[in-house]
Amino acid sequence: MRFGVVVFPGTWSDCDFHYVISEVLHQPVKYVWHRERQLDDLDCVILPGGFSYGDYLRAGAVAGRSPVVEALRDFVAKGGVVLGSCNGFQILCEAGLLPGALMRNECLQYRCQSTHLVVESVETPFTRGLRPGQVLAMPISHGEGKYHADAETLAGLKARNQIVFRYAEADGRVTKAANPNGSLENIAGVANPEGTVLGLMPHPERAAEAAMGGADGLLLFHSLLGSLVEDGSFLKR
Amino acid sequence: MRVRVLVRLKPGILDVQGAAVKRALIGLGFAELAELRVGKVIEVELAAATPAAARARVEEMCRQLLANPVLEDYTIEMADDLAPRGASR
Repeated sequence: MRFGVVVFPGTWSDCDFHYVISEVLHQPVKYVWHRERQLDDLDCVILPGGFSYGDYLRAGAVAGRSPVVEALRDFVAKGGVVLGSCNGFQILCEAGLLPGALMRNECLQYRCQSTHLVVESVETPFTRGLRPGQVLAMPISHGEGKYHADAETLAGLKARNQIVFRYAEADGRVTKAANPNGSLENIAGVANPEGTVLGLMPHPERAAEAAMGGADGLLLFHSLLGSLVEDGSFLKR
Repeated sequence: MRVRVLVRLKPGILDVQGAAVKRALIGLGFAELAELRVGKVIEVELAAATPAAARARVEEMCRQLLANPVLEDYTIEMADDLAPRGASR
C-alpha cells in the first residue's frame, strides 16, 4: 500500500508518520508538499498534526483550502483513503471533507497527555480489524480539539455510524472526567459516511512502538493493511 | 474600497475565551458585567466598481474562508460605516 504524508508549512508530525510507515510498518511512503495536486500514485494520504500556516484565522482554515486538499476530494471520490490526525482532523473539517468543527478546548489549556479511546465504529478501513468497545491508548497534544456539531449533524453522524472514537476511561466507560477538551459527547474521531476519510484528534503515530509507551496506534494501520486482504484479518493472524 | 468584517461565534455556542475575559473583568471590579463574547475584526481593502459589488465579493470571501459556517456568523460593514463613532483613540 502506497502512503503519502502531506507537509504544510508548520506541520510537525510528518516525520513521525513517515518513520512509523517506513520503519515500523515497512510500507512505501513519500512526503507530499501542500502545493501538490497529483495523488494518483497513492492509496492512503495522511494529514499529520502541527500548526499548518500558523493556524492563522482558525486552526486548519488556510490548509483546508490548499491545492493538495482540493485534490483530496477527487482522490476520495476515486476510492482513496485519508487519515487526518490532530491538525489534520481540523483541516478535514475546515475543508468540509468531514462534518463539524474543532474549537478551543473548554479548559482553555493546551492538553498534552495520554488518553483512552473507545472504538465505536468498525465500519472504516482503519478500524475494520478492531471490535466495537475495544479501548486504545493514544496521546493527545492540542489546544483546539473540542469537537462541535449542531444537533442535526450529530443525529446524522449517529444514524450513519460515523462516530469512530470517543474519549473514555481505561475500562471503556465514556465519562465527563475522561473528556480532555469538552468535545461534544466525548467525540474524539469521526469518519465520512463511506468510512474512507477518518479524522481524530489523538496521535496514532506517537503510540506505535513499545519504546513510545504503547503501540495501540499501529492497530489503525494494521487494520488498514489487513482490511485490504480480508476483513479483520489482522486480529485472526 | 474599505470593508470591515465582524466574525462572531454563533449564539448558543459556548465562548470559553469570552468567559475567561469576563471572569477577569469581574475580578477587576466590574461586577455589573453580564455577558461578554470575543469575536474577530477583519479589515479588507479591495478594488470594486460600487459598494454593492465590494460587499458581494467580501460576502464570497466570508463564505469561502473568513468564517466557518459551523461555528460563526459574520456581518459586513462598508466604508461609510467605518467613520469613527466616538471610538476612543
